[in-house]
Amino acid sequence: MAVRPRALEALELPPPSGRLSRLREWWEQEHVFGYGLILPALVLLTCLVAYPFGMAIYFSLSDYWVGSPGPFVGLTNFREILGNDVFRQTVRNSFVFTGIALTLKTVLGVWLAVLLARDVRFKRVLRGAVLLPWVIPTALSTLGWWWMFDSLYSVVNWTAIHLGLMSAPGPNWLGQSNYAMTAVIVVNTWRGLPFFAITVLAGLMSIPREFYEAAEVDGATSRQRFWHVTLPLLKPVLAVVVLFSTIFTFSDFNIVQVLTRGGPVNTTHLFATLAYQIGLQGGNLGQGAAISLFLFPMLALVVFLQLRYIRKE
Amino acid sequence: MGRAASQRRAAWWRAARTYANLVPFIFFALFPFYFMFVTSFKRNAELYNLKAVPFWIQTGAISDHYTFLFQKTEFLTWMKNSLTISVLAMTVSLAIAILAGYSLARLRYRGVASFGTAVFITYLVPPTLLFLPLSQVINWLGLSDSIWALVVTYPTFLVPFSTWLLMGYFRTVPREVEECALVDGASRMQTLTRIVLPMAVPGVVCAALFGFTLCWNEYIYALTFVSQSGNKTAVVGVTADLIRGDIYYWGSLMAGAVLASVPIVVIYVWFLDYYVSGLTAGAVKG
Repeated sequence: MAVRPRALEALELPPPSGRLSRLREWWEQEHVFGYGLILPALVLLTCLVAYPFGMAIYFSLSDYWVGSPGPFVGLTNFREILGNDVFRQTVRNSFVFTGIALTLKTVLGVWLAVLLARDVRFKRVLRGAVLLPWVIPTALSTLGWWWMFDSLYSVVNWTAIHLGLMSAPGPNWLGQSNYAMTAVIVVNTWRGLPFFAITVLAGLMSIPREFYEAAEVDGATSRQRFWHVTLPLLKPVLAVVVLFSTIFTFSDFNIVQVLTRGGPVNTTHLFATLAYQIGLQGGNLGQGAAISLFLFPMLALVVFLQLRYIRKE
Repeated sequence: MGRAASQRRAAWWRAARTYANLVPFIFFALFPFYFMFVTSFKRNAELYNLKAVPFWIQTGAISDHYTFLFQKTEFLTWMKNSLTISVLAMTVSLAIAILAGYSLARLRYRGVASFGTAVFITYLVPPTLLFLPLSQVINWLGLSDSIWALVVTYPTFLVPFSTWLLMGYFRTVPREVEECALVDGASRMQTLTRIVLPMAVPGVVCAALFGFTLCWNEYIYALTFVSQSGNKTAVVGVTADLIRGDIYYWGSLMAGAVLASVPIVVIYVWFLDYYVSGLTAGAVKG
């Protein structure tokens, strides 16, 4: 108590009196200040995330077209979508795409992280190179992949043919269904691998060296050390990364939109690209919103698991 | 003597194996960029010659594809739009996120935990879930088809991300420092701006870098909310407006992709360590 007045004098603040000082006193309360600071963020997220989310639900339950709000139609949109072959194909595509890409990213990401964690020279440059695909605008780098998968001038085919692995002219990557799916998965893996590798690398660095030394004393081979020391200790980091990537792979838009636009014959459509095609290009906002809402169960699952994981920490 | 030599040989072998394993990964990561770069300097005659080796330039490098971008397209306008949008959205988001992050990380009041959870959930909401209703909100606000549509909507994913990132950094500032300042008569706002913020500068830099990068790279909102060529961002301009029917366009397309990536590459090279730490902090602390 004795400190306060002296400190105030030192700062040459006016003596506390009047309405202004009462306002200041009110503002200085911890809870008032706390609410005050969070308010802008809360307003923004309510208006531009929560409210549009409510609107998405409203759209999906009505016959809503661009420029002409329609009547409430209940679950008609959902019923129509579920009966639609293109949509069923999209559901299948999404799971195949997410499943394979996620597996590849996890396995290759851990492998790459283990390599980068070793005592290699040019560590910083190597990390920089590895992270690059994640930093460059995806839509732009996908243009490069588009050219690499070109139907006539594909550098992939050119190389494979000249190495004798393929007979000319080679597959039309983006024009044949399985090849197109492969291409989309390859690009997604390419783009997402750095995130896995760099994050897992940080996890690896946090494992105390003594664990490895102890395992070595016990005569564990490097393979055993990986399976019995590294992997169990990486589990928490890996869980977060995989969950995180699940939602963003499942909801991917950029790569498919630039590379195939969902084709050939809808075999690479994901929820987001189909919602774009039907909701925006087709103008059927109701059905488009219903399609993108199918992303929600996956989001809810990931949020649930993540929150449970955070609480456990 | 013999043992030392064999140990050295074993270490040498191990290093060789590591590098040999790393080479395919590095090649996979970098080849597309190299190929885009090389393509953007090739003559059309060479680009569309099936007999030419595609890996390097054989008939001389040309800059025609680049001059085409500047003279025949609105490339410079797109770059300017991207820059304006990214700087504005990043600055606004950073201001909001600093306040929110400090409030969530440091202050005790009722509901603080649920606010934290809410921010975290919005952090996980993918933009592809909300782009349709948001396009209508933009319409109602009278912002459709202008760069302001993007300045207003980008904070929806930047604020949750930056808040979450900054919370981690604010928590590392010792509580005692703050309490000292308060006891000495500083107001709470002064404590934040003069004491806590300077100690969390790396976090702020990190959030700013990621914010700028995320804005610059954003695709679905920029594609959906803006249709007039003069208002497009660099990413959408290049992917959407450079493709003209059946005319061969690969050279200028690759030139556009290379040039529109340059600002990000420059920032990235300068601040590599921030990117690495931000990436791991954002995910692992999540």
